[in-house]
Amino acid sequence: MEKKITLSVKDLRKVIGRREIIKGLTFDLREGEVFGFLGPNGAGKTTTIRMLVGLIKPTSGSIHICGYNIAEDFQKALRNLGCIVENPELYPYLSGYNNLLHFSRMINGVGEERIKEVTKLVGLADRIDDKVKTYSLGMRQRLGIAQALLGNPKVLILDEPTNGLDPAGIREMRNFIRFLAEKEGLSVLVSSHLLSEIQLLCDRVAIITKGTIIRTDSVEKLLSNRERMEWRLEPYLKGKEVLSSLTKIEEKEDGMIWTEFNEEKIPHWNKQLVEAGISVMEMNRKMPVLEDLFLELTGGETIE
Amino acid sequence: MNKLIQNEMMKLIAKKRLVVIALIIGVLVILFTYAQYKEIQTQRERLGTDDWRTAVQQNIVDITNRLSSSRISEEWKKQLKISLQQQQYYLDHDINPAEPGASTFMRIFLENAIDMLIPLMVMVIASDLVSSEYSQGTVKLLLTRPVKRWKVLLSKYITLCFAVSLIVAIAGFLSYILSGVVFGYKGFGTPILTGFNISDEALNTANVKLLSLWKFLLMDFGLVWFVAIVVGTLSFMLSVLIRSTAAGMGVMLAALISGAILSNMVSSWESAKYLFMVNLRLTDYMKGTAPPIEGMNLSFSMSVLLVWWAAALLVSFIVFTKRDVY
Repeated sequence: MEKKITLSVKDLRKVIGRREIIKGLTFDLREGEVFGFLGPNGAGKTTTIRMLVGLIKPTSGSIHICGYNIAEDFQKALRNLGCIVENPELYPYLSGYNNLLHFSRMINGVGEERIKEVTKLVGLADRIDDKVKTYSLGMRQRLGIAQALLGNPKVLILDEPTNGLDPAGIREMRNFIRFLAEKEGLSVLVSSHLLSEIQLLCDRVAIITKGTIIRTDSVEKLLSNRERMEWRLEPYLKGKEVLSSLTKIEEKEDGMIWTEFNEEKIPHWNKQLVEAGISVMEMNRKMPVLEDLFLELTGGETIE
Repeated sequence: MNKLIQNEMMKLIAKKRLVVIALIIGVLVILFTYAQYKEIQTQRERLGTDDWRTAVQQNIVDITNRLSSSRISEEWKKQLKISLQQQQYYLDHDINPAEPGASTFMRIFLENAIDMLIPLMVMVIASDLVSSEYSQGTVKLLLTRPVKRWKVLLSKYITLCFAVSLIVAIAGFLSYILSGVVFGYKGFGTPILTGFNISDEALNTANVKLLSLWKFLLMDFGLVWFVAIVVGTLSFMLSVLIRSTAAGMGVMLAALISGAILSNMVSSWESAKYLFMVNLRLTDYMKGTAPPIEGMNLSFSMSVLLVWWAAALLVSFIVFTKRDVY
């Protein structure tokens, strides 16, 4: 069964001065999925996100959140949205609790019950009465998430959620986002310029550069066809010779040889190698990293 | 809307700005009180005796003598009668006119604070009410709630009006309480001359009358509050437009200071009277001091300020609701 669309963006454009910054983006988010927004710095990720949350008015195009058009039904649309744009900048001179109280007062039907709930959810219960200026970056990030979750949103938008976190914090954040999507059924939009990040976190990815989406697909689909086989052969030179007569090879500096991954042909190649008296020391199936994919898709162009 | 105002109040209190303002006003009042006290002392030494009653009595006798003369005009007679009433009051209520008590100190303090000190204090609050949200980045959280932007700004403006009223009240309260320690808490019934009109370079005294000090003070407070609201609204607009607290404050400060300087030199540049900063000394009209530019009077100045106020409010709301936030 097809899952419900929670966020729908159609032909979104933004012109600043004479420059078109965002050139017609179209994508949908579905219930319970984590959607990645991947692109280098300056590709238009943050501008797009600011349009999605109502901070910037689009020049043309439409944004619907849970069916409500953000330009016409601002309040109803935003009621279903939680977000952190860039860093979670909260009021440093207020306590964590008062920060949450502050934002809960801006959403109808959110009371102290819910504040306690989200505080527990993000694991800040011990420090919630301390001033935010005494918080570490990780704690601020968690308070930011708590703030975004206050109104029980259907759509959660996180701009660079792991920015500035240490490895443990990054893993924690990743697990938490997966939990929100899988167990709570939220649609989460995550932007990042880190490919590994998106690869581990997201179900689907839109790759954006210079204001256009060049590809939207599931992570698996983007990665399949691009798997590689890694071989370690002994003796190296002879092995290379035999293998290159069978298929196209790539020599790696660590003494490995890479070929395409093709389930039908690999047993045959292996047999040929063994019959030629070559010891096959290692055979590894390699998942490609998104980095390679990204360079391939963008033609390796740099951002001016 | 109530909840939004609660939010703004919570932030305002947490920033402790009002405490700082109260401290500044308190310190200044103590300073001025001491200066005033010193001045009274030297005056007393100069006069030799401190029996002020004889001096007032002498004054009354002089005025009565002059009144009985038939050669003076009716208008002049009226003036003298008012003067006589005032002197008689001093004597009857045992008030030394040279040493007037805390209530008069409060009046003088308010009249001198109206174009600089109070606007300055108001600026401290108003100029970062909106711009601090931009510089801290919290505006991104504030404007991504299911609340219309104009409501967010209105809640901030209402909070500003509360704060301004509080500042004026603090100034009045502290100047009375602190100076009273030295001068005594009396003198609210003291009569004071008001109703002067300046027309055609001449003092028109047709409407001059005596007013109890407390009534006079109420009017003073009203005028000070009005000026404070106008200045607050203008800084509020700058806070929306400039998004940098320091720059907004700088612009406003320059305007206020230029107003003080211009007042002394614009008597021949007539259109300068439409600038808000030369119109701030509203309490001067009550005392009968000549305005900086001919043709200015209380209602003119108030209308000019009102127009500036309305324009500032309009610009603030239009810009805040329309602007993209980066």
